[in-house]
Amino acid sequence: MSRIGSCFKRLAVARRKALVPYIIAGDAPGGSVQSTVDCLHSLVAGGADLLELGMPFSDPMAEGPVIQRGHERALAQGTTLLSTLEMVRSFRCDDELTPVVLMGYSNPVLRYGSGSFATAAAAAGVDGLLLVDMPPEDSAELPAELKAAGIDMIRLAAPTTGAERLHDIAASVSGYLYYVSLCGVTGADSLDVEATRIKLAQLRRVVKQPVCVGFGIRTAAAAAALGELADGIVVGSLLVDKLGQLASGDSRTAAAALHDLLAPLRAALDGVGEADDQLVR
Amino acid sequence: MRGTDTAGRYGSYGGRFVAETLIAALDELEQAFDSCMADEQFRSQLQRELAEYVGRPTPLYPAERLSEELGGAQLCLKREDLNHTGAHKINNTVGQALLAQHMGKHRLIAETGAGQHGVATATVAARAGLECCVYMGEEDMRRQAVNVRRMKLLGAELRTVRSGTRTLKDALNEALRDWVGSSADSLYVIGSAAGPHPYPALVRELQSVIGREAREQCLARYGRLPDALVACVGGGSNAIGLFHPFLDDETVRMYGVEAGGAGLESGRHAASLCAGRPGVLHGTYSYLLQDDEGQVLPTHSISAGLDYPAVGPEHAWLKDSGRVEYTAVDDSAALAACLRLTRTEGILPALESSHALAYAFQLATQLGRDALIVVNLSGRGDKDIEEILRLTDSLESAP
Repeated sequence: MSRIGSCFKRLAVARRKALVPYIIAGDAPGGSVQSTVDCLHSLVAGGADLLELGMPFSDPMAEGPVIQRGHERALAQGTTLLSTLEMVRSFRCDDELTPVVLMGYSNPVLRYGSGSFATAAAAAGVDGLLLVDMPPEDSAELPAELKAAGIDMIRLAAPTTGAERLHDIAASVSGYLYYVSLCGVTGADSLDVEATRIKLAQLRRVVKQPVCVGFGIRTAAAAAALGELADGIVVGSLLVDKLGQLASGDSRTAAAALHDLLAPLRAALDGVGEADDQLVR
Repeated sequence: MRGTDTAGRYGSYGGRFVAETLIAALDELEQAFDSCMADEQFRSQLQRELAEYVGRPTPLYPAERLSEELGGAQLCLKREDLNHTGAHKINNTVGQALLAQHMGKHRLIAETGAGQHGVATATVAARAGLECCVYMGEEDMRRQAVNVRRMKLLGAELRTVRSGTRTLKDALNEALRDWVGSSADSLYVIGSAAGPHPYPALVRELQSVIGREAREQCLARYGRLPDALVACVGGGSNAIGLFHPFLDDETVRMYGVEAGGAGLESGRHAASLCAGRPGVLHGTYSYLLQDDEGQVLPTHSISAGLDYPAVGPEHAWLKDSGRVEYTAVDDSAALAACLRLTRTEGILPALESSHALAYAFQLATQLGRDALIVVNLSGRGDKDIEEILRLTDSLESAP
């Protein structure tokens, strides 16, 4: 079983929901490999079950201003795909358990060569890949290459995804499905918790894999509310915003700040697990 | 000779590289486009708009004095600059506004570089009573101040883009981000034959009126087809519009002219077909100016409308197939061509179109006096007057 599969199994047994933080590789003060790795460990200490690590791109089309600036900072600090993989490799030396999913855009991966990338990412200890702008019908050889390398292909579903298409996506996803909770870019403030709960309930009937929900979750209350129906929640803009504020500081302060942002979300999510036993599979 | 199938592919190029949220909006647009284009009533409505509002057909003008002076082939100018709003862009926006109305959308979103597409979208929005929101890079707003004022007068909301390189590429990112959140009531009116399927096919279909007219006009006036077609290529909509109806005419050679900027060797240009490599940007797989890491490179051109690091996917396919030859003209040659046409024919061309003219001048002297060349004069240069004067003044004051 993949590291992601084991992670969700462990959580199900413990009746907990996954807390999935997102930060961008190289977007920690100083931009060194170590500074991002410190942040990743700190997120785990703060309650993260699974990590999404953004691969910086010059034109992050689906991101709101907060995460766009994170991509710009990471690129300005010289982050490359190779250094991103180096961060994962270094993180793995001290953490064998926590899955790492790389999230980004197609072009850098295609430039690298999708087959070579899958091999190199697996060797570095990457567990999953989510390419925001690569829908199943335009994925070409990548799903097979990832499968051969033992990497899960995480897919997106959105409020606009129709029923028929959802079946296709469910058939092509591995690891977990990432449900985009709103029609908008990352960090938008239009999250409608009630509408998302309804949509998630529909989704759960079709999708066998674990479902994580993200985009627009900023508060413990929203985390708790969405945690009720999903297997996990993704938090990005909240963390990347903090890294932006602390960009000129030292990496220890930044890592500590990420820990402190995540801890209350962890507490809120764990409250859900206890209160809603019957919903946990 | 056709490179498209139902999946929106041109050979290996094209596709729909967008976030999942937009797939449904693209499906909806594709269905509306297919059903409208098959609808006689829609087509005749579009035809009427083009005739009565846009001012089509545009003339095919034989530039006799210029051709005489060059001493080579006969140059004919397809006068897209005489369209309402002064460029070919309105051929597309008129059609997309009609589509939006058929789809029940009440708001148009557009990106713009030189401002011509923004103006053309704001214009049709004003006439159709639709809201209009135009994204424009801060740098382009500086160079195209006249068009900024026009869009405001037309009632469009203009949003300044300060991300990335603050030019057309970033305006496109912002327009797509808007559409992700607004597709229920808005149509994204893309300005070029680029972006995710069905846009490249949709824009090509709407712009092909250029080539269909040019072909008929050539046959009517000269009793034969032209020997060569020349058009500038940024995203590539005016070029594909001229080329497409001639693709099966094997004797007609075609030249797409990219922005060579400060010269291809300088790295400061916008010639994705001449100097780029295939990659994914703005929802499509095509030639792209990118570094070894797959990051999109900043571009440079004297003309804001060509200042774009990618190109429509059909052009990528036409390049690989060899049917169209792509070349680049640098800033100074484009500027010289602009001034030359202005002073010999009394026609002030846009700096974008001036790239096509510059190459056509070379081609005219290579081909004999019997040859016939059609140049797409895609837009008029009024918007560029300040930039042209600034550049010529600095040339004249240079030691």
